[in-house]
Amino acid sequence: MKLTGAQIFFESLKAEGVDVMFGLPGGAVIDIYDEMPKHNIRHILVRHEQGATHMADGYARATGKVGVCLVTSGPGATNTVTGIATAYCDSIPIVVFTGQVPTALIGNDAFQEADIVGITRPCTKHNYLVKDVRDLARVIREAFFLARSGRPGPVLVDLPKDVIAGKTDFKYPKNIAMKGYKPTTEAHMGQIKRAYTAISKAKRPVIYAGGGVILSSAAKELKELGERLRCPVTTTLMGLGGFPAPHDLWLGMLGMHGTFRANMAVANTDMLISIGARFDDRVTGKLSEFAPSAKIIHIDIDPTSISKNVKVDIPIVGDCKDALKKLLKLVKESPIEDLEKQRQPWLDQIQKWKETYPLAYEQKDDVIKPQYVVEMLYKLCKDKNPIISTEVGQNQMWAAQYYHYSEPRTLLTSGGLGTMGYGMPAAIGAQAAFPGRLVIDIAGDGSIQMCIQELTTAVENNLPVKVAILNNQYLGMVRQWQQLFYEKQYCATCLKMAPDFVKLAEAYGAVGLRATKPSEVEKVILEAIASPKPVLMDFVVNPEECVYPMVPAGAATTEMILV
Amino acid sequence: MRHTLGVLVENQPGVLSRVAGLFSGRGFNIESLTVAPTLDPQVSHITLVTTGDETIMEQIVKQLNKLINVIKVVDFREVKFVDREMALIKVKAEAHTRAEALRIVDIFRGKVVDVSPNYFTIEVTGDEGKIEAILDLLAQQGIVEVVRTGKVAIARSKKNSKKK
Repeated sequence: MKLTGAQIFFESLKAEGVDVMFGLPGGAVIDIYDEMPKHNIRHILVRHEQGATHMADGYARATGKVGVCLVTSGPGATNTVTGIATAYCDSIPIVVFTGQVPTALIGNDAFQEADIVGITRPCTKHNYLVKDVRDLARVIREAFFLARSGRPGPVLVDLPKDVIAGKTDFKYPKNIAMKGYKPTTEAHMGQIKRAYTAISKAKRPVIYAGGGVILSSAAKELKELGERLRCPVTTTLMGLGGFPAPHDLWLGMLGMHGTFRANMAVANTDMLISIGARFDDRVTGKLSEFAPSAKIIHIDIDPTSISKNVKVDIPIVGDCKDALKKLLKLVKESPIEDLEKQRQPWLDQIQKWKETYPLAYEQKDDVIKPQYVVEMLYKLCKDKNPIISTEVGQNQMWAAQYYHYSEPRTLLTSGGLGTMGYGMPAAIGAQAAFPGRLVIDIAGDGSIQMCIQELTTAVENNLPVKVAILNNQYLGMVRQWQQLFYEKQYCATCLKMAPDFVKLAEAYGAVGLRATKPSEVEKVILEAIASPKPVLMDFVVNPEECVYPMVPAGAATTEMILV
Repeated sequence: MRHTLGVLVENQPGVLSRVAGLFSGRGFNIESLTVAPTLDPQVSHITLVTTGDETIMEQIVKQLNKLINVIKVVDFREVKFVDREMALIKVKAEAHTRAEALRIVDIFRGKVVDVSPNYFTIEVTGDEGKIEAILDLLAQQGIVEVVRTGKVAIARSKKNSKKK
C-alpha cells in the first residue's frame, strides 16, 4: 500500500517514539496538519515558532529524548532560527520539520519561500531538503539518529509541499548507512591509563565538568569518581545538576560569575580533569592565565572541542559515561595510597577559600533582593524535585548561584547562545513531558517579554508552569556592565515602561501574583506552587543589584570583583 | 604556512556550501579549491589549499571531519603527494614577440591552444613553482589574462611496497 508523505511523516515519528510535538501550521504544511487527527501524537499549538523550538529544546533537556517541532515555510521557518541556534550551542537533540514551497517553485521567490536549509546550515548539526517522497522515511530516520547520537544537536528537515502530498511505499529503514558519520563513543584505554597515571601523581586535582556529563547521563559516575579520588568538583553552567550541589567536594560553578573557591581552585590546581566541557570564554577568562600550573586531561566526544581554546596534555575522545566507567575501573583496581592524608591540605585550602568569600548578599526589611527570591524558591520547592528553567542575564546567574541542583536535567538554561526568551517556553516543554512535576522559570522582566505570548500555550494546554520574574526594571546584566565599566550611563537598559505583569497574567487566563516586600515573598511562592494553573510571580526587586563575584570580560579568573 | 588538504565528500547538493561555509564562518582562509567527481560518481574530491599554524590546521581538519557529508580528510602534511595546477594564459603575440613566446612555451612544455593575429592562449601544467616561473617570463611579452584551476593533489603510492 502506498502512503502519502504526510502519512509517512507520522508513521516515522511513531517509529522514533515521539509522543509530543510543538508547532504552528501554515499553507506549506497543511497536509500534515490534515493528517494529524488520525494519529496519537500530542500536538501543542504555539503562538510563535521560536516558542516551538524552545519547547522542543526544554522537552529534550528535561527528558533526554529528542524534541520535535513542526512549522510552515518562509517566516515560520525563519522564526525557528534562534531556537535552533540555542539548541546547537548547547548540543541539544531536536528535530525541526519545516514546510517548503513545492519543489517546482523552489528558487522562484515564491510566496512564503525561504532557503531555510541554507540559512540554518551553520547552526544545525545537519540539515536536509527532501526532494523526493521516496527519501522521506530514510531522511527522518537519519535526522533522529544524528540528533541524538555522538555530540547531540539540532537537525532540520525541509519538506516541500509536493513531497508531503506525494505517495510511495513505506518501510521505515532499520539500518543507517552514512559514510561520513562515525562518532567516536568508546574512549581509548591507553589514554585512560595515561590519564590515571597522571591523576595519581597530582596533589591538587580539580574536576571541571560540563553539559556533556548530563547529555551522556554520567552524573552517577562523576559523583563516584569525585568521591573515590577525593577530588573537588566544579561545573560549568551547563553542568549544574551533574554533581550534587550539597556535597563536601562541591565547589560551585566556575567562571565569570563562579564562586571564589571554584575559580581559586582552578587557578591553583596541578591537575585539571575536564569532562564534557569546552573551555568557553565565560569559563576561562584570560586564556593565558587559566589553570596556569595544571596538567590538563580533556574528555569530550567531539574532537573539535579538544585543544580548540586551551592546549590539552591528555586528550580522550569518547562518550563521558564510557570514559568515566573505564577510569573508575582503574581507580578501583589500584586506588591511590594514603589518599585521605594526601588530599587533606588541598581540601583544607579550599575550605579556607570558601570561608573567605562565600556567596553572600544582605536582605534588609524594605527591598526584596533577587538572590533572596531564588534562595526562597530553593527552600520552599526543593522537596518537590522541581525542574528549573531560566531566562538569560542576571536572573540566570542568580539561579545558578543560589539554587542548588542535585540531579541532572533539573536546570534548563541557554548557556552557549544566551537566548533571552528561552526560559518560559523551555519550561512549557518540560511540563509537557512531566505534567505532574513542578516546573519553575526564573526570569527577568526583560527576558520574559521576549516569548510572553506562550503563556497562552501554557494556559490552553493545562501546563501549569510557574514564572518567577525578578523585576528590577532594567535589562539587568547589561546595566550591570554599564554600572561597573561604563560610568553608569544606562543607555537603553531602563525598562520603566513595562506591562503590569499581574494584569497581563490574568489577561492570558493565568494567575498573577506580586511581592514588593521581603515579607511577601514566601506567601507568593507558596500560593504559586499550590495553584493548578500557570502563574506569573512579579517580584519587585532591588533595581541596581549586581551579580557577584564577577570576572570582567577578558580578565584572569582570579581577578574577581567580589562585592 | 600554506597547506594542502584532500577532502572526499558525498556528491550531493549543498556539500560545497557546507565546506565553504565552515571556512568563512570560522575565519579560516581558502587559497584555492577545486572539486570534481571521483571514480565513484557518488563521491567527489576536493583539493583545498589553506593557510594556518599548527593549531588552526588541527581545527580545520577536525572541523571538516565533523561535517556529516565529509567521508575522509587527507592532510598532505602527513603524506608525500604530487600536486599540479593548470593555467590558461592569454599573452600578446605581435610580430616581434611571437617567436620568443613560442620558445618559452616550448621550454615549459606548454601548448598553444588558441591563436589570433595578436594573441596566443597558452595551456601550461605544473606545480605552483613552474606556473609562477612561466608567468614571470611571459610577463615581459605582455599577459592579458590568466585563468588558473587551483591545485589538485594526490598522495604518492608507496615505492617499496611488497607484493603478496
